[in-house]
Amino acid sequence: MRIDRHKKKILAFVAALAALPAVSLAAGGETHVEKANNDIHNQASLQRGARNFVNYCMGCHAAKYVRYNRMAADLGLTEKQLTENLLFSGDSPQSTMTNALHADDGKQWFGVAPPDLSLIARSKGPDYVYTFMKSFYADPTRGTGVNNLSLPGTAMPHVLWELQGTQDAVWEGHTDAQGNVQKHFKEFKLASPGKLNPEEYDAFVRDTVNFLEYIGEPVQARRQALGYWVIAFLVFFTLLAYALKKEYWKDVK
Amino acid sequence: MTEEVDTGRRHFLTVATVATGAVGAAFVAVPFLASWKPSARAKAMGAPVEVYNSKLEPVAMLKIEWRGKAVYIVHRTPQMLAQLEAANAVLRDPGSAESDQPTFAKNAARAIKPEYLVLVGVCTHLGCAPLDKFTPGDVTVSADWQGGFFCPCHGSKFDMSGRVFKNVPAPLNLPVPPYQFVTDTRILIGAEKGNA
Amino acid sequence: MSTADKVAAKPGSGRLASLTAWIDERFPLTTLWKSQVSEYYAPKNMNFWYFFGSLAMLVLVIQILSGLFLTMSYKPSSAEAFGSVEYIMRDVEWGWLLRYIHSTGASAFFIVVYLHMFRALLYGSYQKPRELLWIFGMLIYFALMAEGFFGYLLPWGNMSYWGAQVIVSLFGAIPVVGDSLTEWIRGDFYISDVTLNRFFALHVVAIPFALVFLTIAHLMALHEVGSNNPDGVDIKKVKGPDGIPLDGIPFHPYYTVKDLVGVGVFLILFSLVIFFAPTMGGYFLENANFDPANALQTPPHIAPVWYFTPYYAILRAVPSKPLGAALMGVAVVLFVFLPWLDRGKVKSIRYRGPLFKFFLYSFAISFLALGYLGMQPPTPAFTMASRVFATVYFAFFLLMPWYTSVDKTKPVPSRVTYHAH
Repeated sequence: MRIDRHKKKILAFVAALAALPAVSLAAGGETHVEKANNDIHNQASLQRGARNFVNYCMGCHAAKYVRYNRMAADLGLTEKQLTENLLFSGDSPQSTMTNALHADDGKQWFGVAPPDLSLIARSKGPDYVYTFMKSFYADPTRGTGVNNLSLPGTAMPHVLWELQGTQDAVWEGHTDAQGNVQKHFKEFKLASPGKLNPEEYDAFVRDTVNFLEYIGEPVQARRQALGYWVIAFLVFFTLLAYALKKEYWKDVK
Repeated sequence: MTEEVDTGRRHFLTVATVATGAVGAAFVAVPFLASWKPSARAKAMGAPVEVYNSKLEPVAMLKIEWRGKAVYIVHRTPQMLAQLEAANAVLRDPGSAESDQPTFAKNAARAIKPEYLVLVGVCTHLGCAPLDKFTPGDVTVSADWQGGFFCPCHGSKFDMSGRVFKNVPAPLNLPVPPYQFVTDTRILIGAEKGNA
Repeated sequence: MSTADKVAAKPGSGRLASLTAWIDERFPLTTLWKSQVSEYYAPKNMNFWYFFGSLAMLVLVIQILSGLFLTMSYKPSSAEAFGSVEYIMRDVEWGWLLRYIHSTGASAFFIVVYLHMFRALLYGSYQKPRELLWIFGMLIYFALMAEGFFGYLLPWGNMSYWGAQVIVSLFGAIPVVGDSLTEWIRGDFYISDVTLNRFFALHVVAIPFALVFLTIAHLMALHEVGSNNPDGVDIKKVKGPDGIPLDGIPFHPYYTVKDLVGVGVFLILFSLVIFFAPTMGGYFLENANFDPANALQTPPHIAPVWYFTPYYAILRAVPSKPLGAALMGVAVVLFVFLPWLDRGKVKSIRYRGPLFKFFLYSFAISFLALGYLGMQPPTPAFTMASRVFATVYFAFFLLMPWYTSVDKTKPVPSRVTYHAH
C-alpha cells in the first residue's frame, strides 16, 4: 500500500541518520577537541591574550587585518599603554599588526609560510585553536622534535614549550578484523614540567585564544549589545502594527 | 450587525505606527550614511606625518605629502625674517587674519619657530603647487622680486611667509597646516600640540 | 455595507490636492494608486502563506541597498577582494552591519522565496489563468540562483573559490562543447581574477536589473488576473451590484496593514540572526570562507550554500557526471511545467484528494531531506538516501498527470471560507 511505502522511506531516512556517528568517525582524523570556555567580554583576559600574542606569536604570525589603536580601545588600554607594552618600534598606533617575516622566508625556513592569524578563530573555531595549542607532543622523528595531535605533520615548533613543558602522547593499540594493529590516541603525559603548571598553562592558552576570537571579529561584543535594542524596538513596532491591523480588520466580516 | 468605525482610534494607531516606522527608518539610515565617513584606514593614512628637519640647510625647502597634499618646510635665514615687515605694503592680508591656519600663525612670521616655515603648498586660487623662488632679484618672477613663492598657473605671488600679494588671482595666504615640534629636530605635520 | 464604504476617503488639503491634480494631468498617479492598491480587490481569506510575496520584495530592496553600499568599498580583484571584505568588516564605519545585512539577506531571500513557491503548490496558484505569472516567478527564481552563485565568488574565500570551481566545471560535462564552454565562462584556464571581475559585473549590474524588471512583470501578471486564495475560489465570479467581488477587500488599507505586521515579524527574525548569529553556525557564512582562496588546498567538505544543497544532493546521487548534471538541471526546470502537469480541476489542497496530499507532503519532506543530504559527505549510506529522496522528488512531478486526474477531490465552495481575525 502507498502508506507503507511512505513509512519505509521514513525508516530508511532515520536509519541513515542513525548511521551518522559511525560515518563521521570512520572518516578518519582524531576528533579530540577541548572546549576553550573563553569569554570575549572579559577585558582582563583579552589584555593578557594580546600580550601573549605579541610576545610569543607575532614573530612568525601576523594579524594583518587588526589595527592597533582600535584593538587598544576595545581592550580598554590607553594609547600610552599600547605604545609601551604592545607596539614594536617603528609601528604607529594607526598601523596594522604586521610582522617582518616575509612569506618566502617563512616558506623556506618552515616549509610553509606561517599563516596570518586574523581570522583563524572564525575559520577553525576557538575550541580547535585551544586544543591545538595544548596538543604538541614529543616526536623524535621530526625536525622540530614535536608533532601535534590536532594537525599531524605540522611545521610549527612548540613555541610555548618553556611554559607548558614537554609531553608525550600515549597510544593504545588494538587489532582489527583484518589482523592489523590500529593505534589511537589515549592521553598526554607530561614528560618534563614547564614554568606553568597545567592549570596556569590552560589559562594562558585560554587568554590567547580569547584574544584570537576577538581579533576574528572585533565588533562582536558591540554587535550583541546593539542587538538587544534593535529587537526591543522592532517588537514595539510589530505590536503597534498588529494593533493597527486588528483595528482595520474589524471591518472584514 | 455593523459596529461604528472608531476613526479616532484608527487615526491614533495609524499615526503612531507611521511615526514609529519613520523613527525606525531614520535609525536604519544612520549606518548607511555613516559608512561614508573616513574609514579607520583612511584616518590612518591621513595620520600626522613626522619630518626630520635637522639636515635642512638655510634657504632649502623640503616637500612632503600629508593627506594627499604637498607640505613645504622652508629653513629661513635671519635676513629673510628681517625683511618680512617691509613687504606688508604689497600684501593683501599682511596680518594673516583671514587665511586657513592655526592661531599661532596670525602674524608676519606665521610659524612656531620663525626659522622653519611650514606651509601647505596649494595655491589658494585654483590649487596648483607654487614654486619656490627664494632669490631676491629673480627677474623671472618680477622686476623688484624680494623672494617668496610664485604660482606658475596664473601668476599669483606670495612672500617668504606665504602671504599673498595684492592684485593677483589668489585671494588668501597659503594655508598653514596644524603642526608641532615634537623635539627641536622633529616636526609632526597634522596635529597641534595637545592633539597628537 | 461593503467594506470599501467603511474606509471613508478624507478630502485632500488644498495644496496637496492641487499638487496631485497637477501630477495627474501629466502622469497616471491617482489612476495607478487606485487600480493597483486602493481599489485593487484581493480575497479576504489570505492566510500566513500569503505574506511571502511582499517579504520577497522587501528582501530585494534590502539586498539592493546593502549591496550598493558594499560595492562602495569592495574591490573586485583577486589580490584585494578578501582583504576588502575584512576592510569593510573592521575599518569602514558600520561596514560590519552592511556585510551581515547582505549575507543574511541572501539566505533570507531563499527562505522567503521557497515558502512563497510552496504556497503556490498548496493552493494551485500556478493553474490557469496564472501560468504566465508562475513562469515569471520561475524566471525570478533562476535569476536569483544565478545571483547567489555569482555573489558567492566575490568574497574570494576558499569555499568561494572551490564552490565556483566545482559548479563551473559541471558545464564540462556537456558533450562536445563542454570544455570550451567552461573556458568561456571562466575567461581563463582556471577560476581567476578575470572570472571574479566578470561575476562582479553580473552580480552588481546585470542580474539586479533583470530581477527588478522580472518583479514588475510578475506583479503586472498578478494584477491582470487577481490573486488566488487558500480556497482556490475565483472571487471574481461573485460580484456585488457595484461590480466589486463580494469576497474581495481593497489591498489598501487591509493588506498594507496586514503585510506591515509580516514585515515586523520578519525584521525581528532577520535582526536576531544579524546581531546574534550572523554565521548561523556556518550555514549562512561558512567557516572555510574565512580562509582566503587557495588553489592548492581544497576545504575538507565542499558544499554549496544551503539553498542549493537539494539540487547538489541530486547531482551527487547519480553515478555519472553528465547524467547527474542533466538531472540536476531537470530538477530545477520541472517546476516550470507544473501548470501543465497538474490535471486537477481543483486548485487548493483543502479540496484535493489523498493522493495529491501524499505526493505534496512527500515532495516537501524530500526537498528538506535532500537539502540536508547535500551538506553531508557523500558516503554510501547518504548516497543511497539521496537516491531514494530524489526518486520521490521526481515522482511528484512526473506522476502528477496521473494522480491529479484520478484523485478523489472534494466539492469546492462558491464563496471563500473566512473567520474574522
